[in-house]
Parts: sequence; structure tokens; C-alpha cells
Amino acid sequence: MEISRHWRLKRQRYALIGEVCPHCKKKIFPPRDICPECSEDARTLYQFSGRGEVYSYTTVFQAPAGYEEHAPYTVALVKLEEGPMLTAQLTDLGDEPVEVGMPVEMVTRKLRSDGEKGMLVYSYKFRPRFKEAVR
Amino acid sequence: MTMTQDAKTNKDVYIIGVGMTPVGEHWEKSLRELALDAITALQADGVWARPQALYVANMLAPSLSGQTQLAALLADFAGLRGIEAITIEAAGASGGAAARQAYLAITSGVIDVALIVGVEKVTERTSAELEAALSTSSDADHEAVHGITPTAQAALLMRRYLHEYNVPEDAFAGFSLNAHANAVTNPQAIYRRSIRVENYLNAPMVSEPVNLFDAAPLADGAAAILMARSNALPEDLPYPPVRIAASSIVSNTVAIHDRSDPLLLDSVVDSSIQALQQAGLKPEDIDIFELHDRYSIYAALSLEAAGFATRGEGWKLAHDGVIAKDGEIPICTFGGSKARGDTGGATGVYQLAEITLQLQDRAGENQVQGARFGMAQCLAASGATAATHILSRKDGP
Ligand SMILES: [Zn+2]
Repeated sequence: MEISRHWRLKRQRYALIGEVCPHCKKKIFPPRDICPECSEDARTLYQFSGRGEVYSYTTVFQAPAGYEEHAPYTVALVKLEEGPMLTAQLTDLGDEPVEVGMPVEMVTRKLRSDGEKGMLVYSYKFRPRFKEAVR
Repeated sequence: MTMTQDAKTNKDVYIIGVGMTPVGEHWEKSLRELALDAITALQADGVWARPQALYVANMLAPSLSGQTQLAALLADFAGLRGIEAITIEAAGASGGAAARQAYLAITSGVIDVALIVGVEKVTERTSAELEAALSTSSDADHEAVHGITPTAQAALLMRRYLHEYNVPEDAFAGFSLNAHANAVTNPQAIYRRSIRVENYLNAPMVSEPVNLFDAAPLADGAAAILMARSNALPEDLPYPPVRIAASSIVSNTVAIHDRSDPLLLDSVVDSSIQALQQAGLKPEDIDIFELHDRYSIYAALSLEAAGFATRGEGWKLAHDGVIAKDGEIPICTFGGSKARGDTGGATGVYQLAEITLQLQDRAGENQVQGARFGMAQCLAASGATAATHILSRKDGP
């Protein structure tokens, strides 16, 4: 897969760096440069805490090409505590069942490797936040 | 007739002919042969006028068949070399989007007669290749890269729906039962058998809570419709032409996570309102609604967003028989994507062809008695695009 494409996205993928709109203060992730709320220019970088909760989740059994070796895996819509929602895999689930509303936190993990000599693609995934760690 | 009325009447656009292939695994047919079969079926129906333009609805030929330039290829293959020909891609909304382009071209006065062909060839690839191709309809950098598929996205929405609204275990069963019941008498349908609620309840999970009967089968197929302006209608048409009373296409965020309320299909809200306003109708005037039922959750969400049910209650219409052929708002009257079969970018053309047959009283066993207005609506993936058309009998308002 395309090296530069993933390189361009590494700040958001590795560090959850999005944007905050200087006009209406909306927090934006993934970054998109034009505020979806007020349509003004929004290029001020903002690092998200990585904490959020599960809005919804499911398991992928029939994986797309490139992801088969990881199947089955759990994907989720995660609502970050700062407001935005994102799509990500859940990881380190252990025995605890996933639930809507479950507190989660961001970790960096391998998403896919493109073929035997292909590059590895890393990204944010989310794991359960332990109850005692939940503020 | 005054000048204004005359000008308006001459801008009216009609569907004058339709043709469809059966939906299924056509291992013996190529992409171009399937498309030609649909055109030939249209001609065999006794309606033909040489089109000046061909609009091809397709999503997957570039990724699954290694073919771009599909419209030029099909124009040549169908004996129409030299005409204007362009492929329209809007994922699962491609069919409605192609019809919209034809409608615009005809109302502009530049084109008199246009041919719309939806075609898809999906069955000769592995499931992993197919899932990868389908996933291109989501946001590549922020959704697909995380290994998410259209099935998983439907599951995310359905899980949240079940969480927010208090619905019984068999809430969505009615969509599948209705689609299968209607497909029994549709010769083009992939599954011509009815199912019972026990079949639904015992079906294996595909991506929880989406089970096998919540998900439509994706298969090969092609459908064609011929569209013409009122002052360019061929003489001696064997069937009454069906008027396009409204045409609308609306876009929204590609990524589900970019929507403030993922359970509200904003594109469906906007496109339905636009179409109903154009036609001067209210939801209760619509006699048939061919909606997006690639997954049953989308049927429920579409009924809600289009104004046929309040939020959280779309499933009740399936539960109470309201969507049945003799109900208040029949949907999937030929089986829909669930049982006629889903043909990706071609699905929207099947919908328009089926409503045309209904309004010509040619739907046979599938006929919705006395139907005057039919609404066809196809969506791209989770609703990034909604294409809506309202068809009316020729003598309608
Ligand atoms: Zn703003």
C-alpha cells in the first residue's frame, strides 16, 4: 500500500491529533480543516485525550482482503470525551463482554501488514479502561 | 393550451420501457453480456427509440473486473457506438444517480431519449476481495482502514438502535418475511421462497446483531430503463409511459462517525422532502416505497427518515403488516434487495423498473392494486448519498 498516504496520516493515527475550531471552539477529529459546525477555517491542532466510550460495536468475521489473518475482530464507534466520534477496532478485551457505554482508552497497535514484504500500518485502537481507572 | 403550460408539458420526462435480467450467479455471462441482456429484454418488450445518451450505473467494475470506461464499452457492445455514454458511480446509489443524470439531460432539452443501464458482476471473486471492494464505499482513511465492512457498519447502527429503543427480539424479522413473500412470484428474484419468523430467529449471526436474514445477498444482475421527454415519445407505445414526478439526489458525510446522530439518515430526510415537494405530495400519498434494504436496519431507518414512521418505530411497520403488498405503504414489492437480490450499483435501476411495472399495471402477482405514486430510493453505503425518484401514472397531477 501507499507509504506516503499512511505517512500523511501518522499524527492523527499515532497521537489522535485533530483540530479545534478557533471560531466556534468545536473539537474536530479526524482533522478536516473546515469546521463542520460553522464552515470556517479550522486548522488549529488539538491533541485528544484518547479517552471515550463505546457508542456501538460489532464483530467482523468476513474480513476484507488484508485483514483476514486478524479475523474475527471487534470494531466500534467510539465517542471521545471531547465530543467527536471515530471508527476503530477494540483490543485487549479479555473476558469482559463489550457493552454500549463501556469506557475505553486509546492504544497504538498494528492494523495490517500489506503482504510479506509490505509495510506495517499502525493506528489507534481502543481498549477497556479498568473500572478503578475510570474517574 | 398556453405557452407556459405547453413548455412545462414538454419538459415532462417519462420512463417508457424497462428490462431486467434475473438476479443471481451468472457464471456464464460477462459484465457486458449481462448489460446487453437487460437492453435486449427492454427491446423485446416492444419499446425502443434510439437513445442519444447512455448512463451506466455501476460501482464495482473498476475493482472487481478491472474495467473503467464501462459506458463506452457497453454503448459499443450494444450497437450504440458513437452516442454520448458515461458511467455514474455513487456506490449503492449509482442507479438512482444515473437516472438523475438522464433526467437532468432530458429536462435541459439537450437529450430527447436516454438509456439507463445498471449492471454489476460480483460473484466470481472471493469473499475477502468482495468485502475489500465494498469497503471502498466507506471513508478509506478513517473507516475502511480499520477493517470495517458495510455489514459491520449496519451492525453498528442496528446495535445502537436496539440499545436506544425498546424493541423485541424479532423486531426486524418482518422486513425479511415481507421481502421473501413478495419475491416468490418475481421471476427475476434470487430467492423465490417465503420464510417464517422461526427461520429468522434461528438464523446465524453475520455480524451481531445482523443475522443472515438481515443482510441482502449480493449477486450479478442488470436492469435497463428508457427515458424520454414528452414531445419525443415514440408513437404507438404498447404500455402507458410513467411520468417522473420528482428527482432528487442529496449527499451527506461518507463516514458514519461524522454524523451528529448516526440513527438519523439525514440524506434520506433531505432527499425525501425535496422529492415530495417537487411532486406536490405528502408521504401518505405514496402508494409504493422501494427503499434501501441492503440490511434490514436501513429499511427501518429509511421509513423513519422519509416520514413514514416516527423515530424508533420504523420496525413496527414491518411487524404490523403495514409494509405488505396490501398494506398502507408497501415496500420491496418484488422482493427488494433482500430477496430479489442486491446488485450493488444496479439496484436503483431495478427499483425504478419495478415501480414502472406497478404503475403500468404489469406487475402480475406482485401488483399493488390501484397504485398511483411510487417512490424509489437508493442509498450509498450507510447513507452518504440518497437518490430519490417519485413516479406517477401519466394522467397523475
Ligand atoms: Zn467552527
